[in-house]
Amino acid sequence: MVVQRFGAVCNTLLTVLITMTGLLFVTFIIGRVMPIDPVLSIVGESASRATYEAAYHEMGLDKPLLVQFLYFLRDIARGDFGESLLTARPVFEDLMRVFPATLELATMGTVIGVLIGVPLGVIAAVKQGTWVDHLARITALIGYSMPVFWIGLIGLLVFYGKLGWIGGPGRLDIFYVDTVPAVTGMILIDSLLAGDMDVFANGLSHIVLPAGLLAYYSLAYISRMTRSFMLEQLQQEYIITARVKGLSESAVIRRHAFANVRVPLITVIALSYAGLLEGSVLTETIFAWPGIGSYITTALLSADMNAVLGGTVVVGLVFVCLNIFSDLLHRFFDPRTKQ
Amino acid sequence: MTFLKKLLIGVAAITLLGVTLPCRAETPKDILVIANRIDDITTLDPAQSFEFAGSDLIRNVYGKLVNFDPAALEKGYQPDLAESWSVSGDGKTITFKMRPGVTFHSGNPLTAADAVFSLQRAVKLNKTPAFILTQFGFTPENVEETIKQLDKMTFSITTDKKYATSFVLNCLTATIGAIVDKKTVLAHEKNGDLGNDWLKTHSAGSGAYSVVNWKPNESYTLKVNPDFYPSTPAMKKVIVRHIQESATQRLLLEKGDIDIARNLNPQDIAAISTNRELAVDSDLRGRIMYISMNQKDPILSRPRVIKALKYLIDYKGMQDSFLKGQYTIHQAFLPMTYLGAIDDKPYSLNVAKAKALLRDAGVGDGFEVRINVRDAQERIEIAQSLQNTFAQAGIKINIEVGTGKQTLAVYRAREHQIYVGSWGPDYPDPNTNAATFAYNPDNSDEAKATGLLAWRNSWPLPEMSKATKAAVEETDRSKRAAMYKAIQREHQERSPFAIMFQKIEQTGRRANVKGLNIGAAITAVSYWPVTK
Repeated sequence: MVVQRFGAVCNTLLTVLITMTGLLFVTFIIGRVMPIDPVLSIVGESASRATYEAAYHEMGLDKPLLVQFLYFLRDIARGDFGESLLTARPVFEDLMRVFPATLELATMGTVIGVLIGVPLGVIAAVKQGTWVDHLARITALIGYSMPVFWIGLIGLLVFYGKLGWIGGPGRLDIFYVDTVPAVTGMILIDSLLAGDMDVFANGLSHIVLPAGLLAYYSLAYISRMTRSFMLEQLQQEYIITARVKGLSESAVIRRHAFANVRVPLITVIALSYAGLLEGSVLTETIFAWPGIGSYITTALLSADMNAVLGGTVVVGLVFVCLNIFSDLLHRFFDPRTKQ
Repeated sequence: MTFLKKLLIGVAAITLLGVTLPCRAETPKDILVIANRIDDITTLDPAQSFEFAGSDLIRNVYGKLVNFDPAALEKGYQPDLAESWSVSGDGKTITFKMRPGVTFHSGNPLTAADAVFSLQRAVKLNKTPAFILTQFGFTPENVEETIKQLDKMTFSITTDKKYATSFVLNCLTATIGAIVDKKTVLAHEKNGDLGNDWLKTHSAGSGAYSVVNWKPNESYTLKVNPDFYPSTPAMKKVIVRHIQESATQRLLLEKGDIDIARNLNPQDIAAISTNRELAVDSDLRGRIMYISMNQKDPILSRPRVIKALKYLIDYKGMQDSFLKGQYTIHQAFLPMTYLGAIDDKPYSLNVAKAKALLRDAGVGDGFEVRINVRDAQERIEIAQSLQNTFAQAGIKINIEVGTGKQTLAVYRAREHQIYVGSWGPDYPDPNTNAATFAYNPDNSDEAKATGLLAWRNSWPLPEMSKATKAAVEETDRSKRAAMYKAIQREHQERSPFAIMFQKIEQTGRRANVKGLNIGAAITAVSYWPVTK
């Protein structure tokens, strides 16, 4: 039993390691074969030859590709992602700054998305073919197909510009910035830790729209998936049996049908959450949200490979961790995997 | 159905959540809040910084020996931390006398030792902008002798040969001429880096403001220096936020959450121009837009073809349509407001004349040509306009769009045919553009003079290179200006560069914000004269 479990853990770790190495290798190669000169992006166009050469050597670009990659792996193993060319700071430090911003936004978005999307999907399935179902479908389709760029700006214009209900772009009003100590880097949590409710309220007023948008996008997906999972279950014979036994409709849906939907639903939610954690470049741009999406994009466009590779490692890790986590949840919810 | 009802109520409750959270607008009286794109800042060290947003910050944090007065940019350089200077008989040594009674943000008094340290440091670190100083013959090896302190408040710099004094002093107004606090910087030195690592994220100046913090791609905050020697600025704090989107900047400006929006696009500028609470300022900037023809190309190197193409550009059409409010027609390589700039505009769209020239050049039936352009909206539109007007003379343009880096790589490797380019001056002296548009001493591939635009286009110009060189040695300011005028007129006539436009920058501001000067073509922004 213990040996079996140990083997499983080793297996998981090995998979993680292989996945990550492969991911790093591919990103690294793409980064190196790009027809752009990373040295130029540091020294600029008018630098002298000596300045250029010095930077070239400093970056280790004179070494063979494989050696560069091995150096890179060694550094990562030490938690050293190198220095970003753009910010002139360690990439690790940058990631610790931008990732919490994205984490906060994505978590908020997913929570809202699940809280609304799952019930919506269940209702749509139960009321299949009625106006409720159609309304749910239209809502979902709009959420899925509307460009974030457009809907984000309209949202800002209406709720911030005209009505003044919410905070504008950015994570906080300028006067609240840096007023609470950064512990987790997530403003809502940091402000609660500091017991500063003004900052919390302000942070909430800023996050509500971008998170709402991400939520709308993910709820569209989640609700459609929930609906189809539910429909599949509702057509099963055990549901008829349950009804024949005289169980209330509510109990049939909740205790029988929905209980069986949970497992596949977890996978859907985990994937959608991971997608949001990659950072949504457009949402971040419109809302001036300093997250990982715009960090990686800016880095990519400037050939700042350390930052790109660092960001890729984080995104890769997020996917792997969420996969492991959803596996664990499967075990928890699926009675067949229990003893 | 109770379960469903509960669900419905839950959905409704969650949807309503987050709807009513009040927030305030209007920035405080003594805080200036600016939206700008600041993702180009990579360091705050004046010996290393070489980007727009970085020079904006540094201009407000550090004093220089000589500087531009925001109230009178047209006067050229004025005394700043150097009270006065004198030039030796041979024109090679300039002796500066420092202004007494100035202190750094740290409280340390400013002396000649700080000035000597700052200039020596910039040369020794030899980072990207170091060429602005090393072009006068300073090297890490000789700088101890060529830049030296004479007594507490005087020091001298000795160049390797005679240069126009205006050239040297203009260069000292550049970001790299910033005077740093020697004691503070050396206190943070690590492994002989002359404090470079520390200054990347901190400041040690004597200017109007000091740096509170800088968060890359997010914001920077400056706080006032109450001892700023001319007078204490009105704004106690300046906060610059990185806001990428024009529409977002506009919303913030309209709501009063920011005082100044620096990257509004023409549509947003037009939209706010009717708002009485807001105002729009237009300033000429240093950037110029041009197309250039690679002289390795057998057709594009024919003088008549070059001339014909200059007549096939719809300068006015572009200026009045998609470049409206962004660029103005300008056809010489020195931006207006530079010493020696000319306003001559000899070219306009003239298809008949172009056709005649092409016929004389033996390509009357037209030809096909590739044009390299980076993936920026306005440049692609320029390429499309060229495609349209060139076609009227039978020239077929294939547009090749790439990222900035890709396109530049092609250009630097001299592999383009026609390139749509833009050029911003590196320092506030006419030589900055003359030395790249009109200077190419060795045109061979081996020279690899990739920094010279003339070389990138394989354009050999021995005579003009000599004239450009002579102009940097002319000590008489007005004679020097006349020399640049002559070079530019010849350049307009026969160079493979069709210079088209000079940049205009439009800034949106709250109507109550007064006194912001963004520095025109010649320098960076000044926050200290701002009142509101």
